[in-house]
Amino acid sequence: MTLMDLPGCERDIRAVAIGGSAGASGVLREILAGLTRAFPAPIAVVQHLHPDDRGLLVENLGRAMRIPVVEVQDKMPARPGQVHVAPADYHMMVERDGAFALSVDDPVQWSRPSLDVFFLSAAKVWRSGLLAIVLSGANEDGAAGLRAVRLRGGMAVVQDPATARFPKMPLAAMTQAGLGGGMSPGQIAVLLERLERRGRSGRSG
Amino acid sequence: MSDGVLDIEGIEINLLLEAIFQRYGYDFRDYARASVERRLAQFLADSGCGTFSEVTARVLREPQFFHQVVPYFSISVTSLFRDPFIYLALREKVVPLLRTWPHFKVWHAGCATGEEVYSMAIMLREEGIFERARLYATDISQPALETGKTGIYPLDILKKGSAAYQKAGGRGSLSDHYHARYEAAVMDAAFARQITFARHNLAMDKSFGEMQMIVCRNVLIYFNQDLQNLVLQLFLESLDHGGFLCLGDKETLTFSSVADSFVAVDEKARIYKKRVRR
Repeated sequence: MTLMDLPGCERDIRAVAIGGSAGASGVLREILAGLTRAFPAPIAVVQHLHPDDRGLLVENLGRAMRIPVVEVQDKMPARPGQVHVAPADYHMMVERDGAFALSVDDPVQWSRPSLDVFFLSAAKVWRSGLLAIVLSGANEDGAAGLRAVRLRGGMAVVQDPATARFPKMPLAAMTQAGLGGGMSPGQIAVLLERLERRGRSGRSG
Repeated sequence: MSDGVLDIEGIEINLLLEAIFQRYGYDFRDYARASVERRLAQFLADSGCGTFSEVTARVLREPQFFHQVVPYFSISVTSLFRDPFIYLALREKVVPLLRTWPHFKVWHAGCATGEEVYSMAIMLREEGIFERARLYATDISQPALETGKTGIYPLDILKKGSAAYQKAGGRGSLSDHYHARYEAAVMDAAFARQITFARHNLAMDKSFGEMQMIVCRNVLIYFNQDLQNLVLQLFLESLDHGGFLCLGDKETLTFSSVADSFVAVDEKARIYKKRVRR
């Protein structure tokens, strides 16, 4: 399968949701490294963190990336050309007006933030305009969410379990969302860069 | 799934919230929608109803059924010295100013079962100003308030709280402030004289007096921006000039209508101070 054959590549992507757990932070850096503030859609990241994490992931990502990276606060609007990271110990969701919402409801799949919680709300808001990506992780959070994304016509991608340090999470997501295969971090990076280039040419044309 | 199906569910939820308001006077219509949908989806699954329309029909006719829904809306997340770093900020930046008032009042809005109210009381006592304080602890949930009023908690809550107490700059031992009885702990009876627990619905009820500090942590995240603005306006009106407002650590005034009326005392701990009008 070449990238050109990927389903949904030609559609308009209105938002990108990326989720991961153990073994995902390095992959995150790899797939976001080529992007800039010209990226045409908001990017939201839900990464399982220790509850006491005080924005360390955001600081590290922010230093390493060209695209701006912010930690989400309640009611913050989702902006194109920006990476929005869910804070530790809060669930993140998105409202229909495109603003993020937080909650301290019980953990889902032993996780807060939970990929499922975010993907479910994002699927309702961005529907077929959503690209959702599940990376490395050691539990099954994200699988039900990715299934919901597909049911609402969104585009679902998982990291190829063979390239993941912890394959359980992308495997579960692949199975529940009914995907035939995954993509390597390099391929995901190329996909995102292509979305950025297309966004640029779309604006100038 | 077609878009039509999704829209119907949205309409059904609107009608359910409207039915609850008209029938029982509880107004959840301006609660943050994404959270409301999550909780109602959970209730739908637990209730055995097939659709939200079915829930609405039963809510209208069966008060008991309605009372099963209510807990799904009321938020009860708290612990002793939750987010310990904020107590360090309070000790350093707020306590010195509280000392300048001969008496001061603290309103803890949305106090749930009261653990953070006792945490505040313990901190104020250690700073030597608890005798001058009057604490008002309010919540929408009567059962949660009852727990707070008794001041009785399972012993493991105190054990977990002990580590947070130390991180919060505790001067002695958390056990200086409670008495252990078998598997439970009773907070020091001296606290009760200066803490009033009372029912208050932020979405509907008015202010009750001028406060020197208002604490409202991780409650506003469950409200939409309109209701947040309304509640923040209530806080603004209830605060003495130079009074303090403490929010949850991911809540901010930045996107609200009262942003200009406050200055940040500690941005990370979300401690704000009401501007003095000149």
